[in-house]
This record gives sequence, structure tokens and C-alpha cells, in this order.
Amino acid sequence: MAEAANSNDNQYLTFTLERELFALDIGSVREVLELVNITRVPRTPDYIRGVINLRGRAVPVVDLKLKFGMGATERTVNTCIIIVEVNLDGESTVLGALADSVQEVYEMESAQIEATPRMGTPIKADFIRGMGKSGDQFIIILDINKVFTSLELAGLAQSLGEAAPENAEA
Amino acid sequence: MINQEEAHRAAYVEEARDLLADLEASLLELENSPGNVDLLHKIFRALHTVKGSGAMFGFDDIAAFTHDVESIFDRVRNGQLGVDRRLLDLSFQACDHIRALLDPGGEQEAQLAAAGRVILDGFRAVGGAAQPAAAPAAKAAPPPEETKHGVARIYRLRFKPHADMLGSGNNPLHLLEDVQALGDCRLYVHTESVAVLSECDPEACLVWWDCVLRSEADAATITDVFVFAEDDCELRLDVLDSGATANGEAIHRKLGEILVARGDISAEDLEAALSSQRRLGDILSEKGLASPDAVASALCEQQAVQELAQKTPERGEKTASIRVAADKLDALVDLVGELVIVQAQIRQAVEDRGDPALRGLAEHLERLAENLRDSTLSIRMLPIGATFAKFRRLVRDLTAELHKEIELVTQGEETELDKTVIERLGDPLVHLLRNSIDHGIESPADRQDAGKPAAGVIRLSAAHAGGEVVITVADDGAGLDAKAIRRRAEERGLIAPGIEMTPKELYNLIFLPGFSTAKAVTSISGRGVGMDVVKRAIDALRGSVEIDSVPGRGTTITVRLPLTLAIIDGLQVQVGAEYYVVPLGLVEECVEMAREGDGAQAGVLNMRGQAVPCVRLREAFAINGPHPVIEPIVIVTVDGTRVGLAVDRVVGEHQTVIKSLGPLYRDIEEFSGATIRGDGRLALILDVAALVRRAAEADGPQPAAFAD
Repeated sequence: MAEAANSNDNQYLTFTLERELFALDIGSVREVLELVNITRVPRTPDYIRGVINLRGRAVPVVDLKLKFGMGATERTVNTCIIIVEVNLDGESTVLGALADSVQEVYEMESAQIEATPRMGTPIKADFIRGMGKSGDQFIIILDINKVFTSLELAGLAQSLGEAAPENAEA
Repeated sequence: MINQEEAHRAAYVEEARDLLADLEASLLELENSPGNVDLLHKIFRALHTVKGSGAMFGFDDIAAFTHDVESIFDRVRNGQLGVDRRLLDLSFQACDHIRALLDPGGEQEAQLAAAGRVILDGFRAVGGAAQPAAAPAAKAAPPPEETKHGVARIYRLRFKPHADMLGSGNNPLHLLEDVQALGDCRLYVHTESVAVLSECDPEACLVWWDCVLRSEADAATITDVFVFAEDDCELRLDVLDSGATANGEAIHRKLGEILVARGDISAEDLEAALSSQRRLGDILSEKGLASPDAVASALCEQQAVQELAQKTPERGEKTASIRVAADKLDALVDLVGELVIVQAQIRQAVEDRGDPALRGLAEHLERLAENLRDSTLSIRMLPIGATFAKFRRLVRDLTAELHKEIELVTQGEETELDKTVIERLGDPLVHLLRNSIDHGIESPADRQDAGKPAAGVIRLSAAHAGGEVVITVADDGAGLDAKAIRRRAEERGLIAPGIEMTPKELYNLIFLPGFSTAKAVTSISGRGVGMDVVKRAIDALRGSVEIDSVPGRGTTITVRLPLTLAIIDGLQVQVGAEYYVVPLGLVEECVEMAREGDGAQAGVLNMRGQAVPCVRLREAFAINGPHPVIEPIVIVTVDGTRVGLAVDRVVGEHQTVIKSLGPLYRDIEEFSGATIRGDGRLALILDVAALVRRAAEADGPQPAAFAD
């Protein structure tokens, strides 16, 4: 569903985390996968769930809900991995993001997108590029590069050195 | 068309870079043996090719510049000019200059041209009254090899001396010798007119010759041989194969055709003879249409032409190697990697199915995949010599700069390593060498005070050892100062004050990050990076680095590297639900131990009376769940120490293609990558050294904890 819209700037892939509707710029989405086995890499933060085999490549998968403090993503029939391309310290990297369900490719003119409200958003305002609307429901448009840059990956290992052992998911 | 031209230019640039590398190597050798004529010829040839091809592909500035350098070396070659340091310095500058000219995105043209003029002025000063750059290089004579490899033609020559030829002082044998000198020559002598001895006139020349000649000379050159004998003989020269026809078909003519072409028989005679089905030669001679001699001669020609024509393809076969773009090779290696994975998956699927026929096929496939993998990887293997050659230049430049005398001795240039490894090895090795030159080797005065020869020696060697390549950089300098290292390490809180450590352990502290900053014992490399950078670079190559030193006698740094980065043999183990791969090269044995109690993070095993520290992966990786009562333990060797890794289950050997975990996990040291299991899931590859290091750190800051 991603390919058809590659050329269009105003298209967004919408997906849900819990009840909230989120969206990603279609340009950064590579593909959507069904949930597959994720290999956990020990001693990494919980929200980095591990790596998957994407046609012979090891691709890290991030649990957005954990990242946003919404609790861990449970496995359901609708759970998907959205493969995105993000810019990590100037390097283009492929990452997976867990979503409770993927909805549709949704078109929004830039005029329809409102600035991020200062407060009241369910996640950190820094991660949000703007708010769109589908019917009555707000769509939170994520700034994917900010979400992943804020993983503060460079300092990952150091911070873990002191961290207490975390629970791994078997 | 333009694309093709671009491709040619790119090929030239690549070739010229190689030639320049050779040139530098030759110049360095020349420095050691200034009188070596072979080397001078080699240098001259390299310059000549750079110039000739440069002019051909439109690098006129290179051609013009190289022409002037070449003329200097022409004079050196002719003994008019001696080899001295100044000349060599200039030659090295000239190499750099040509390299700069090759680089299209390089400096400003005007600047380059000025730099070139400075170098040439220098040459002119060295060469005294060397002629100024006059001859346009584009007109430069083509390399002599090219004329030699011109188009070869095959000629037929009929040389029939008149009977009285000998009377005029001409010797037909000398003439034939001259013909033979022109190329590859087959002769057939006709003796049918020689009478029986009793009637023979000893002064008459009764024999005549048919000759098949393969030569690059033109027809005029051949007839010129007979210029003084023209009136005394019958001479006929035909071109059988002009060399332009590539297919050999045209020249393998049938016997009859040859005879007709030579005018020995007419076409009608031939047709008549062909109507009967016996061997043509017999028929012709039997019927008296052609003398047996004529037939024999024609047969001889037929054979000779065939043989000579066959010589042509031989030259083509001399091309023993071809140039392939590196990215094509990388793509091939990637594909083979995928194949190996799929093959492993097939093997697993077949095992599950239990069909013997399928199993046979799978085994066959496995063998083929393995062979394919090995030969593909071998394509990427390059000798390390080229990298070593670069260092000669570095050592030469640095010694001059630091006013030291250092000889670089290299060994094992032919040792082959994966291309990627060689590329990424360059920087750390440069760093190690710079360290040795900067700090290892003392100044000539200090050396003489210490009773050592004024010139220091740095030995750079490479050798295969098992599945690894061992590279050592050894100098005969002052060695490391263990006390200073200890002081430094204590200052920086890297070791507890006063702790017992062997000198070797102390030396290896310099690889710790945070050890080497300004003023540290060994880090004044001039580039602001310490030994920890070297260590990290080598670690990234899945290698290890070790240092040893004898005070006053020198320092030896040993780098161990895997042969290839793409694929490793591993031992697959399971902990909880996850699978991990331990590099098989490190594995010594697997044992099972009954677990005595809980709690100990890194216990100590009693291995046949020897104490072996043990890391429980379950604890190290914080994996919950019950551990087995009898624990399999994989014993590995890390930096010369035996360490046990306690796991849940040992799965078995697993040949794996290494997949990078990507930048997200860049700082997770315990894993060097991931690999794909038979079922398509990922298994993480353990970096055992890092794992053990971390476990030791968790236990306490003393690396010595493992020595007990």
C-alpha cells in the first residue's frame, strides 16, 4: 500500500496505538509487515524490541507504545511492523515500528494540518509534526526522525552499564 | 560513445594508479640499489606507459609532464645522470603530482600546473642542462611492445634459384636464413630435379624451396632479402593470411586448392582427381598431374599454416587476470551469502522431512554451496603486499622528517586477506607504524649511546596461522616504560594503585580508552588519536591486538585478524528462547556441569584441576526463566585465557553469514552481528572478548581477576 503513493507529499499512512490514531509521512514508509519473530538483543532498552530478519537484513524493531509510555504492545492478529527509513545522525537507516493496527493511506492538505498544541497531547510534543483530522478523530502526525533520534542511541551502552537487568521477553 | 570514452578514461586512471604504485615501489628499491639497471628500465617503462596511454585518453597534461620526467630517467638509464636523493625526492613528488592530475575533482588547474613546473624545474636543476620540455607528448613514439605485437601475416614464398645462381656468388642458404630471421618459418625443399651423382653438376643449384612464413614484416621487406639475387632466381610471394581475417577458416585450405593456387595443377585437373575417392595426394601424384614432391610440399604448407595460425590465440590466453569492479564482487558475495542461508534452511527442512533421496540432494547442494562460497571468497582475497608498499613511502617520509634512520623490513607480502579487511586495516597499521617511528625508535645518537646500530629496524610481517592472519609490527627501539604506564593508569583510575600486574598486562593497558591522551607514554602520534582507536578498528574487524615489549630492545605489536568478514563458522547455543552463535575458532570444548548453587554471576569452574572463570549467559543477558540442572558449558579461549560460557543448550555447528546489526546497536559491544537461522529467525553472534571483558568489569575494575 505504500508504493502507490510515493510521489505524493500529502499522503500519510495512518495506524493505531491503543485508541489513538497516528500517521507517518508516506515518504518515509518502506513497507508494512505482519508481526514476525523478534530476536531480542540483551541489555538494550525495553522499547527496542530486538531485530527481525527482513529478507536477509537485520532490522531493529522499536515498540512505539513503550517508547511513548503507553505500555507494551501485545501481539494480536492486527499487530504490524511498519518499516520506515529514518535519518540517524545523517545516516539513512531502516527501522521497524510496532503498531497495533495499520489503517489506510490518508490524504491531508497541508492547510488541514494544525500546529501541535502546547499541552494535552498523549505523547511528547517534540515527536509530533502536526495534528490532522479524520472525521471527528484527531490524527497525530509523527516526526519520525525526531522520534528515533531521541532514542539517544549513542549513549545507549553507557546508560545500560549501570542499569539494572531488565526483563527480557521470551 | 561518450560513455565508452568515459569508461576508457576511468580504466586508464585505475591503471595509472597501479603503475604509480609500482613506480613508487621501484623508486624505493632504487634508493637501496642505485645501480640496478633492471629497476631503471622498469621505472622507465612505467613512466612510458603512463605517458603513452595518457596521451591516448586525452590526459594531455599528464602526458606532457610525464614526458619530461621520462626524459630525465632516460638520461639516468643511459648513465648520463646519477641516482641521488634529490632525484628520488623529486621523483616521489612527481608521482604525487601525476596522482593529483589523475584526480578530476582535485586542486585548481592553475595551481597544479604551477606545482608541476616547480617539480620539473627541480628536475632540470638536477639534470643540469636537461633539454626543456619541447616534444609534445602526443607524438611520443608508441611503446616498443606495440610494434612487436603488430599484425602477423602468413606468407607463401617460392624461391627457385636458377641453376647458375651459385656462379654469381649468391648463396641461397644465406638468403633463406635471412627469411627465417623475419619470423616463424617452415621450409620444404624440392629435390626432384637433382640428378644421380654420376651426372651431377656440382656447380649448379638444382634444389628449390617452398616456404611458409609467419611474420609481421610486410611483403617488401621479405622481397628485399632477395634484392641481389632477383635476376638469378624465380621468386613468388603470396599472402595467405593477412592477419585481418580473424577466423582461421579461410586459411585452412584444402590440399587441392593450395596446389591450384600455386599453379602446380589446374582447377580442371583437381576436379578430375577429386572425382575418384582416394586420397587426393596419392591420386594426383599417381596420375602424374602433380609430382609427389609438389604434393608433399603442399601438405607441408597446409600443416604449417595451420600450426602457425594456431599460434595466434595463444597470446590471448596470456591474459591471466581480469579487472572486475569491486561492487560487482560485493554483490556476488552477498548473493552467495544468501545462498548459504537458504541452503542451511533447506538442510533443516530436509532433516525434518527425513526423505533419503531429498537428503542426498541436499548434501550435494551443501557441498556445491560450500565450494561456491570458498571460491567466491577467494576472489576477494588480495595480497597484503600493496598495503605494505605504501608504508615504505610513509616510513621514508617520516624518518626524513624526524631525522631518524629507520629501515622497514617487510615479510609475507603474499599473505592474502579479504579486500574489506585490507582496506580497513590500513589506518590502524599506519598508526602503529607511526607510533614505532615516533616513539619506538630512538634518535641515532641515543641508539649509539645504547650500543645499538644508528639505524633502527621496523619489521612488518604478515603470515597465516590457522584460520587467522597474524600481522606484527616490531621495532628494535627503546621499548615501553612499564613504570610510566602504571603511573599513568593509576592516575587515570584505570587500575587500583599498587596492584600486582605482569609487565605484559601493563603494556596492554595502553589500548584502554581513556589511557592515551596528550603526554601519555605512547600516544604522541601527531594525529591526536590513541591506541584505543587502533584497538577499536581491529576489534571491528573481529581481530585482536596485543603488545609486548622488552625495555631497551624494542616493542612488538601483534594483530590477529580473521581471513574474511563475510562468513564465520560458529557454534550455535540456546539460552531461554533465544539463539546465539559463538565463533567456532574460539571454542575449545564443550562440557556439562551440574549446577551447584544459584547466585554467582561469574563462577569459577574446576576444569580437570584448573580454575576456569565462567560467565552465565542467562545472567549476563538478564534472561528470566529456569536454568537447566545440568548446564552445558562452552569453553572458549579469549586473549590466551580460558573462559566458560554457561548456556541452556548447545545446538551445533552453524556456518553463518554475518549481518550487521546496524547503527542502532553500534555501541552494544557483546554482539558482533546477527545471522539468520535455518527457520528464518535471527541469532546474535557473540563477541566473546567483549562479553568476558564486561563480565570482568562487573566483578571489579581489575583485569587481573582472571589471572588467578
